[in-house]
Amino acid sequence: MTSIDQGPAAAHAAQETAHPEPALVPAPSMPVTERVLRVAIPLVMLAGLIGLWAWYVAAYNIPKYILPGPDLVLQSLIKDWPILGTALLVTLKITFAALGIALVGGVALAILLTSSKWVELALSPYMVILQVTPVVAIAPLILIYAPSTQSALLICAWIVAFFPVLSNTTQGLKSTDHNLLNLFELYGASRWQTMIHLKLPAALPYFLAGLRIAGGLALIAAVVAEFAAGSAGAGSGLAFRLLESQYRLNIPRLFAALILLCGTGVVIYGATSLISHLALRRWHESAIRREN
Amino acid sequence: MRLEHVSKTFSNGTIALKDMSLTIGAGEFISLLGPSGCGKSTALRMLAGLGEPSSGKIVWPDPAEKSASDKSEGEIGFVFQEPTLMPWATVFKNVWLPLRLKGISQAAARPRVMEALEMVGLDKFADSYPRELSGGMKMRVSIARALVTRPRILLMDEPFAALDEITRQKLNDDLLRLWEQFGWTIVFVTHSVFESVYLSSRIVVMAARPGRVIDEIDVDAPHPRGIGFRTSQAYGDYCRRASESLLSAIGAADHL
Ligand SMILES: Nc1ncnc2c1ncn2[C@@H]1O[C@H](COP(=O)(O)OP(=O)(O)OP(=O)(O)O)[C@@H](O)[C@H]1O
Ligand SMILES: [Mg+2]
Repeated sequence: MTSIDQGPAAAHAAQETAHPEPALVPAPSMPVTERVLRVAIPLVMLAGLIGLWAWYVAAYNIPKYILPGPDLVLQSLIKDWPILGTALLVTLKITFAALGIALVGGVALAILLTSSKWVELALSPYMVILQVTPVVAIAPLILIYAPSTQSALLICAWIVAFFPVLSNTTQGLKSTDHNLLNLFELYGASRWQTMIHLKLPAALPYFLAGLRIAGGLALIAAVVAEFAAGSAGAGSGLAFRLLESQYRLNIPRLFAALILLCGTGVVIYGATSLISHLALRRWHESAIRREN
Repeated sequence: MRLEHVSKTFSNGTIALKDMSLTIGAGEFISLLGPSGCGKSTALRMLAGLGEPSSGKIVWPDPAEKSASDKSEGEIGFVFQEPTLMPWATVFKNVWLPLRLKGISQAAARPRVMEALEMVGLDKFADSYPRELSGGMKMRVSIARALVTRPRILLMDEPFAALDEITRQKLNDDLLRLWEQFGWTIVFVTHSVFESVYLSSRIVVMAARPGRVIDEIDVDAPHPRGIGFRTSQAYGDYCRRASESLLSAIGAADHL
C-alpha cells in the first residue's frame, strides 16, 4: 500500500496531480503498530477532509453549481458512470499506449546514444528540443499531420513521457562502475554480455526513477493533449467530459471526472513505485531498510 | 611478463609512473611494496592490460606456450583494491561471473564456484547479497572470483588489507599453498612489509612522485613457509631490510 498525501486535497485542485509528492514505500517487515499507522493515518486524514468539505457545503449553504457536496459528487459518479467510464477507458488507453512506447523507445534510444558518442552528438540536441517545447504548442501541428485525433493524442503523450525514460536510462548506462567495466573487459566479455550482465542492471534504478516520472506525465499529457485537440463526441476521453461539464454547469459531474483522473494518477504512481520497490529491495540503497 | 621503461602520465598531468622496468618470470611471487600513491595500482592495472602506458611497452608471454594439461580458463585473475562486486547479484553469481562470460552454465560452474568460496570460507554465504557482507567478506568474495578461473597469472591489489589478522594469516597460507600447488605467477600489491616478506620470492620497492622502482629484494627462504619461517632470524632480517628500503622510498619522495 502506498500512502499519498495529496490524495484528498487533489479533489480541489486539478493541477496538484502534476506535482506528485514522493511516496513512502514501507519495507516488508516492520512492527505491527507502525504498519497499521501507515495505513490508518492517510485514511483518517482523507475522511477528515471529506467531512470538512461536507460540513462547509452544508453549513454555508453553498449552491451546487459552485461547490457540490461529496454526497452529490458520489451520486453523479455512480449515475454518470456509463459516460465517465467509457471516457476514462479512452484516456487510460492513450496513457498506457504512450507509456509503453515511451519505455521501449526510451530504453532503446538510450542504448543507442550511449553506444557511440557520435550518435549522441548527432541526436541529443533534438531530444532536448523535443523536451523543452511545450506539448500544447506543438499539439496543433501534430493534429494536422497525424492520421487521426487518437494517434495525435498518442504522439503528444508519448513525447512527454519519453524524455524522462530516455534521460534517466542514459544517465544510468553512463554511471556503470568503472572497475566493474574493467573487470568485464579483463574477462573478455563481449559488448552484448557487458550490456546484459552489467550496464542494464546498473541502470535499472535510474530507469525505474524515470518510469515513475513518465507514468504520471503520460496521464497528464494525455489530458492536456485532449484539451489542446479540442476533440469531441463519443470517442472522447475524460478531458472532453470535463470541458463539457463546465459548459453545462454540471459541476458535480466535473468533480466526479476530476476525482477519477486523480485516482488514476495515484494508482499509476503507486503501481510504478511498487514495481520499483520490488525490483530494487534486495540490493539498492534506495529500497533497502537500514538497520543501523 | 615484462615492463620495459614504462611511463604513465594521466590526462590531469599526474606522473603516476616514470621509466619503470620490471621482469616477472613464470612461477614467481612478486610483491610490490611502496607508500600510498606511488603507482602500484597503476602498474598492476597496466600489467593486466587495463590502460595503455604513455611510453614504453609491456611484453606478455606467448599464449601458445600454454601446456596442454593446463586447465586454466583465463590467463589473468585480477583482484581490485575495492571489492568491485555487482550489488544486484548474489555472492554465488558474482563468483560465477568469469565462468558465465565464457559460456559455462550455472549447473556446470557450481562445483567450482563452491570450491572457490570454500577456499575463502564463504560457502555458507553463497546466496547473500554483497550489502549483507562485511568489508572483509566482500574482499574475500572478490578473491574467490579471481581464483575461480584457475588463472596462470594472478594480480592482486592489496587483497588482504581489509581483513583481520587471523583471516589474513589463513589466506596468506592458503595463497602460498595454492601458489606452490599450481605454479601460478603472482603479483601482489601490499603496504605490509611483513606480509610481503612472508609471501614473496621477490619484493619490488617503489617510491612516489614520480612512481618508480627503487629497490628489489630477493627472498630466498625455502618453501613451504610456515610459522617456522615467520619466527626465524632470517625473516626478521628480511623485514628490517625491506623496512629500510621503504623508509628510503618515503624519504626520497620528501626531497622532491
Ligand atoms: N584515473 C586517474 N587520473 C588521474 N590520476 C590518477 C588516476 N589514477 C591514479 N592517479 C594518480 O596516480 C598516482 C598513483 O596512483 P595509484 O592508484 O597507482 O597509487 P597506489 O600506489 O595504488 O596507492 P595506494 O597504495 O594508496 O592504493 C596517484 O598520485 C594518483 O593521484
Ligand atoms: Mg592502489
